[in-house]
Amino acid sequence: MQGIDGDSIASALHVNGIKTLSHSLRFYRSRGFFCGIGKCSSCFMTVNDIPNVRTCITPLKKDTRVLEQDRVGVLSYKQFIDRKRKKIATDITIVGSGPAGLMAAITAAKQGVPRILLVDENHLIGGQLIKQTHKFFGSKEERAGIRGIDIAVEFEKQVKSFKNIKFMLETTVIGCYNCKKVHKLIAVKRLNDGDQLFEINSKKVIFACGAMENMLAFPGNDLPGVYGAGGVQTLMNVYGVKPGYKVVMIGAGNVGLIVSYQLLQAGVNVDRVVEIMPKIGGYHVHAAKLRRCGVPIFTSYSVKEVYGNNKVEGVILVKVDNSFKPISGTEQDVSCDTLCIAVGLTPSIRLLEQIGAKTEYIPEAGGHIAVHDRFMKININGIYVAGDSSGIEEASTAMIEGELAGISAAASLGYDKNAQKLKEKCKKALTQFRSGPFGEKPRICKEKIACCWNGGINY
Amino acid sequence: MGGSTINNYEKTGFLTIKDLKIPTDKQLKKGVAIIECIQEIPCDPCVTICPVESITMKDINDIPKIDYDKCTGCKRCVSICPGLAIFVVKLKDEKAQITLPYEFLPIPKVGDIVKALDREGKSRGQAKVIRVNRSNKTTVITIEVDKNLAMGVRNIKMD
Repeated sequence: MQGIDGDSIASALHVNGIKTLSHSLRFYRSRGFFCGIGKCSSCFMTVNDIPNVRTCITPLKKDTRVLEQDRVGVLSYKQFIDRKRKKIATDITIVGSGPAGLMAAITAAKQGVPRILLVDENHLIGGQLIKQTHKFFGSKEERAGIRGIDIAVEFEKQVKSFKNIKFMLETTVIGCYNCKKVHKLIAVKRLNDGDQLFEINSKKVIFACGAMENMLAFPGNDLPGVYGAGGVQTLMNVYGVKPGYKVVMIGAGNVGLIVSYQLLQAGVNVDRVVEIMPKIGGYHVHAAKLRRCGVPIFTSYSVKEVYGNNKVEGVILVKVDNSFKPISGTEQDVSCDTLCIAVGLTPSIRLLEQIGAKTEYIPEAGGHIAVHDRFMKININGIYVAGDSSGIEEASTAMIEGELAGISAAASLGYDKNAQKLKEKCKKALTQFRSGPFGEKPRICKEKIACCWNGGINY
Repeated sequence: MGGSTINNYEKTGFLTIKDLKIPTDKQLKKGVAIIECIQEIPCDPCVTICPVESITMKDINDIPKIDYDKCTGCKRCVSICPGLAIFVVKLKDEKAQITLPYEFLPIPKVGDIVKALDREGKSRGQAKVIRVNRSNKTTVITIEVDKNLAMGVRNIKMD
């Protein structure tokens, strides 16, 4: 089987018609990929004898042997046995090179921090910006009117122009330890001849790990062809692979609306967008773009079940009442080969939890988040958080939060040129962004976080 | 979500003439930008790009307001708007020239006859492509339709 340069293993398989990547342990049900960005475990396969490889983020290389694994993966040999771990010492480590992480790195570099390390598990810099082919909203400072993909290119150029920023791609941080003077991160870098373990000793750490897509519970939700909207976006816009021929989109928030539009641009038929709420959650302008292309949006509708023989063949949709209960007799059977789920995101905070961050469940943030102060510092000295992993929001605000975290971390190392002024500028921009009706959720989220920081709230 | 009432466009996803401020015939003859952006979202590139300051906002979350007398119909806002929500409409004799953003392939050529679609994606007849500007990834296309479709047609489809 063949793929092309730049493919991931999963995208190459998909283009060759292979959507089933594994089978479930107990009932041997077919499983395909879901998130497409290395956050879930849906695409695990055995690659060159190594089990549990996330094929969605593993670049395809020459003579790669890919096998389906139907049981719990077993390591055939000890990967690290002959390799000594390498030690790296640095001033600031940033985990994640999305909009928040990149902005944090650039800001800290501008402040004059001598050693900055940017770690990302993907093989491309930019996080999810690399699939955002639409123009961003906001003001000129936040690059409004420019497409996410172009922002990623611009950021990459900037990051590479700083001699004090080093980056490690295809590197996964698997552990972090809170030590007295420096924090210890354990990371695995995937090299051509096997994996290399690294011990990163860093004075400050900024976690900008992003978020992962939510799943919905309904019969058939594990069939290959039920994909996260972000996964579909990655497949189309990063790898140039069509996810299917006829798509039903679940969720009319901005992600659902934007991905539906991009599916149309890719030449895929979007049958309809389905939204359980009585109104469209995303921006009207995104909905209007879809509507004038003839795509209907069904509000107060939900998915009852997906059916098909080892792959999606259709979906049963149902109208819901005011309390979101299905109204029997209103079922509609829609044939499709792809069901796309865009029902929100959950912040990725596993590393923060591991290092001992104080966490709190905040519904408006999308789940549990690490409690942080106004300048993105968490309860542990020298640890900062930014972007979606500090509460689900937009790429524009992630950039500002990254900037804020970068300034804070640099200042705590003594590189505090104009720090106060810069911080206030960021705070002002954030307040402005969150002041409209669509900023209500993040505004409440950040207010609750501030409450938690000042002693906690009781629910 | 609160108990607030839901506007019709929040259910359907498209605006009707009632939701918009319609320019006078005199203003339309000169050619003006119709901004179909009626929600308070944090976004202001249209304000920044307007060369004659005809689009104004109190702050970034405000709804853009356009002074049809100041607007020259220069079309710069059509391609910068991230929401693809700005159109320029100009009346000329018995025809209406509608300038709209278009982000699909293939890109039509001047002289092509295409399907004219309304805000619901329904066909409202045929349109002639009279100008194509590809300076940006958002292609800006001007079509000519019957005068009575000036405020109805907002998209095109290639056959």
